[in-house]
Formats: sequence, C-alpha cells, structure tokens
Amino acid sequence: MILATIAFYFFAAICVASAVLVVTLRNPVHSVLFLILAFFNAAGLFVLLGAEFIAMTLVVVYVGAVAVLFLFVVMMLNIDKVGMKEGFQKYLPIGGIVCAILLAELILAGFGIRAAAGEAAGAASGAVVPPASTLTNTEQLGMVLYTDYFILFQSAGMILLVAMIGAITLTLRHHPRVKRQNVGDQVARDSKSTVRLVKVKSGEGVKP
Amino acid sequence: MVNSLMQSGFNSFFATAIDLVAKIMLIIVPLLVAMAYLTYAERKVLAASQHRRGPNVVGPFGLLQPLADGLKLLMKETIVPSGANRFLFLIAPMVTFILALVAWAVIPFDQGMVLSNLNVGILYIFAISSLGVYGIIVAGWASNSRYSFLGALRSAAQMVSYEVSIGLVLITVLLCAGSMNLSAIVEAQRKIWYIVPLFPMFVIFFISGLAETNRSPFDLPEGESELVGGYFTEYSAMSFALFYLGEYMNMILVAAMTAVLFLGGWLSPLESLEFIPGPIWLFAKMALVLFLFLWVRATVPRYRYDQLMRLGWKVFLPFTLFYLVLVAGVLVGMGWLPV
Amino acid sequence: MNSLLIEYLPIVVFLALATGLSLVIVLASVVVARQKPDAEKLSAYECGFAAFQNAHSPFDVRYYLVAILFIIFDLEVAFLFPWAITLGKIGLVGFWSMMGFLGILTIGFIYEWRKGALDWE
Repeated sequence: MILATIAFYFFAAICVASAVLVVTLRNPVHSVLFLILAFFNAAGLFVLLGAEFIAMTLVVVYVGAVAVLFLFVVMMLNIDKVGMKEGFQKYLPIGGIVCAILLAELILAGFGIRAAAGEAAGAASGAVVPPASTLTNTEQLGMVLYTDYFILFQSAGMILLVAMIGAITLTLRHHPRVKRQNVGDQVARDSKSTVRLVKVKSGEGVKP
Repeated sequence: MVNSLMQSGFNSFFATAIDLVAKIMLIIVPLLVAMAYLTYAERKVLAASQHRRGPNVVGPFGLLQPLADGLKLLMKETIVPSGANRFLFLIAPMVTFILALVAWAVIPFDQGMVLSNLNVGILYIFAISSLGVYGIIVAGWASNSRYSFLGALRSAAQMVSYEVSIGLVLITVLLCAGSMNLSAIVEAQRKIWYIVPLFPMFVIFFISGLAETNRSPFDLPEGESELVGGYFTEYSAMSFALFYLGEYMNMILVAAMTAVLFLGGWLSPLESLEFIPGPIWLFAKMALVLFLFLWVRATVPRYRYDQLMRLGWKVFLPFTLFYLVLVAGVLVGMGWLPV
Repeated sequence: MNSLLIEYLPIVVFLALATGLSLVIVLASVVVARQKPDAEKLSAYECGFAAFQNAHSPFDVRYYLVAILFIIFDLEVAFLFPWAITLGKIGLVGFWSMMGFLGILTIGFIYEWRKGALDWE
C-alpha cells in the first residue's frame, strides 16, 4: 500500500507543478510539452484509482491527438518570445473568478463523493473504491455506456458531428487552379480512347 | 511473480526488484540485438533483390557489420545546431527510443510469459504508438531547420492519418476476441487464426504499420530526394542512432503485434508441431512479417503525398469502418460473440 | 496493493530503465567521441548559404484540418473499445446503439468527402 501512496504523491506533485509551468512559461511550445506531462501524470492518477480505461484513453485522445493539434497551432503561431504576457493584468480578475468557481466546485464535489462513499461504506473509509467485481474496468463501462446512457451516448455522437462540420467550415479553403488526381478516371482510360495512330504525309504535319 | 511484494519485507522487496530488472533486461538485450541484425538482414535482402552481395567484409558473411556501424556512430561528434533548442533537440530521439522500448512490456511471448499482463494491453500499445509522433514533431521543431520542420509536419500528419484505421482494425480483432488482454487474444485464436476471417484487416494493418513506422513506400518524411533526411537532417552520432534504433524497434513491434493479433502469437500452426516452444513460433512469425517489410521496401516505389493521404482517409478509413460493421453484424447475427 | 496496480509496476521500472539506457547511450557518445564544434559545422543544413530567417514558418492550414479530423475519429475509436469487448453481454440494444452512433458519424464523413476536405492539394 505504501508504494501506491508514494506513487500518488509523486504523480500529484508533478501534475500540479507542470500545470503551473504551463501557464507561467514564456515559450508556448514548452507550455504545451508541460501540458503533456500533466496529462501523463493525470493518467497515472487514474491508474491508481483503478480506472485503467480512462487512463489509457486520456493518453490516446489528449496526448496522442489533442496535444498534437495544440503543438501544430503553437508552432504555426511562431511566437517564440513575443509579448504573450501582455493581457495578463487585464484578464487577471476574470480568470481569477473562473478559477475560484472551479476550485469551489471541485471541493464541493470532493465532499459530495466523500459523503456518498461514507454512506455507502458505513463511514468506514473516505476513499473512492471501485465496486468489487469480476468484470474489468472497461467492461463495467461498456455494460452501461451504450444501453443505460443511450441518449447521452448518441448526443456525444451529435457533438462529434457538429465538431466535424464546424472544423471543415472554419478551416477548409480550396486553392483555385489546383489540379486533382481522379484515380477512377485514370484507371478507366484505355488506349483506344486516348491513342490515335495517324499516317502523316511528309511536309503536311498533323491536324488536331 | 511480483505478488511477493505483498509480503513487505525488505529482502523480498529487493529480490523482486532484481527479478524484475532481470526480466526487463531479458527483453531489452535481445531486442537490441534483433534490431542490429534487422539492419543487417535489411541490407542483405535489399542486396539480394538487386543482385548484389550486401555487407560481406566485416566478420564472416559480414555478420559483424552492425557492430562496426554502431561503433562508428559512437565515435562521431554530437552536433547540436546553433539555432536549435538544445534541450528539446537532445530529448526528442530519447523519447522515440524510450517509447519504442516500453511498448514491449505487454507483448506475450508464451502462455504466462509476459512482463505485465495488463487488462488493457492492446489499448496500452495503441496509446504508446500514438505518442510516437512526438519524438518526430519535437525533433523537427527543435532543429530549427527547414528540412527537419517540413519532414516533421509531413510525418505527423501521416502517422495521425493511419492511426485511425489501425484503431478500427484493433476494434475488429477485439470483437472476435472479447478481451483487450493480449494473452487472451492469442488464446482466443486456438480455433482459428484471425488472419483467415479478417484477412482484409490483416492487409490493412500491415500497410498502416508501414505508414506508422515511416517505412517505404510511405517514407516521405525522410524522402531524401526532396527533404534531405527529413526530421533527422540535423542529427548526428548517437542521437541519430537513437532515432534509427527506435524506428527499427517499432518495425519489430509492428511485426510482433501482427503475429499476436492475426497469426496466433505463440500458438503452433499444427498440433503435431506443438513440441516446439511457443516463443520460437512467435519469433518465426515475426521474422516472416519483417521479411515482408524488407520485401516491400525492395519492390514498391515511394508514394506521393496526396496519394498517401487519399489512401489513408478515402480507402482505409471507410473500408475498415465497413468491415467492422460487417464483422459485428455477422457475430451478433450468428450468435458467435464471445461472452 | 491490489493485483491491478501490481501489473503496472513493471511498466514503471521498464520506463525508468529505458530512460537510463537512452541517457547512457547519448552521454557515452559525447564522452568517447572528440567534440570539436565550429560555426560552419553547427549551422543548419541549407544549400550552402546561411538561412534567411527562422525556420519556424506558418504552414498550410490543411495540417490542422487533418489533426482536427483525427481527434474526432480517435474519439470514435475510443468509444468503440468498451463496446467491442462487451458486445456479447449488451446484445442487440448495444449493437444498434453503436450503429446509430456510427451512422451519425458516417453522415459527417460523407459531408467531409463531398466538401473535398479529404483531398490533399
């Protein structure tokens, strides 16, 4: 058990430290890299909770996909050192309020879970314990996600659809005068329709 | 195995730790040797297909050539370009190398012969392989060179495009096996290897594997005719060697995954051949897939970038999706689903 | 400590060993080989002249589109993983539930295709 506790504090400390570095570093590329480190440690925390599937999905989706997009954007902006901190004073109050609300919600949620767990376990332990079962974590998710939470699952699909359409309308620009390859047309061509044998008399040339 | 950790005595703790390190070394060392001789095999196969002899000077049959190459790289100067971001420039090849190594933790070599038998083994491999793009992007950005940057961008977009179809192929295998544990997937193939019912998926997995590992015909990121060396243009000495090692170990990993997912892992093809130990079967199957890798390199010309993107998004993605639905439908309809 | 976490311990040790090994490899080369840098050697690779500007230049917006589409399909795949291993237990309801989800995304995919978002120019 002691090893798990050490691991928890290790992951939690690195997670918080790298999260702080994400907002304080001057180079945005370094910020994104620390964001990735924070994601990793969050995944480690999920594993400690027994939520293997969420941990792996966090890595696959957030580190493997979302952070790649962030890196693309940040690399493209090419703001190596420029005034990233300009609006800092201006946005501090609003940012502070949002932070405070989030923190309060997290604390409340934490107490809520503690209370619920306390009731369930007869106030024996405050920790969140996944229910004992022969099913793995992923299977437990699969048992409820597609049937009990049908509506939520379908709305997730709708949200992804909206995201897809939004991304295309926002970023897709067709360059004019670009020649495209149509593989079907190419394959469908045969020599009869494209090659013509002409007998040319000398000095007359070929009429098109 | 590690369960002895439960008795939290210091002696048993150290015993377990040493045991663990020894096991990990038993994976790393053969892997590095295999990687070295994969480069040798590659040169020999390419040479044979071009009617040449290949390396034959260093040692008998040129067998010491990989060692000589390694020593040469070791003795080279480590150059960090003046415009580069020093830290990230040196970290990037290490990331590639480390990721290529740690993915091996969940590969089962025989029944019960696996370092960590994760419930989510296949998802772990998928996660690690989705991180491979970082070594490349960071290298390209940190080098601060045009060629590296372009190579990194291309490579990132390419790896990302083929990962979707790899994900869908994995899902199809999971449908048939009913578990994400790699040992369980192999055990589920006792009746029939998945290459038979899922043959199209095997082909797509193999081709996407070529694209994921930046092998020809998908080696545009390092297309030397236009991008010099791609994302590792600026690398030298052992930093370069780490990229090289990482790339070849990823190839071996793709071969191992192909063997585990489609070719029945450590299972023997015939019952009469079961006296041959499982790991040997696994290695034989991996060698076969690796030979395919080399063969493709010797045969197929490089893709153009728009063709590559078209193949990934317009051919593989719709087809894998269709086949996934088909397999799910057949399994549900026939009641063949594993419970 | 439960058996689930025990399985992750080797991965942590593996990670540490791999990191150590990669450090040793790079450092060994730095120590063993002769280091004698000069300005020409350290300049970025170009066709014989000094680079005109920083190599980090803006690039085609298409790369973002690919990255965004990848996120969406990656999420779709993430949703499929638990489904694939529990399909035998959740039966027809689960099957059609996923078919609905995939159907919605296929509409998006067809839209992409028709819009030409999947063509690389």
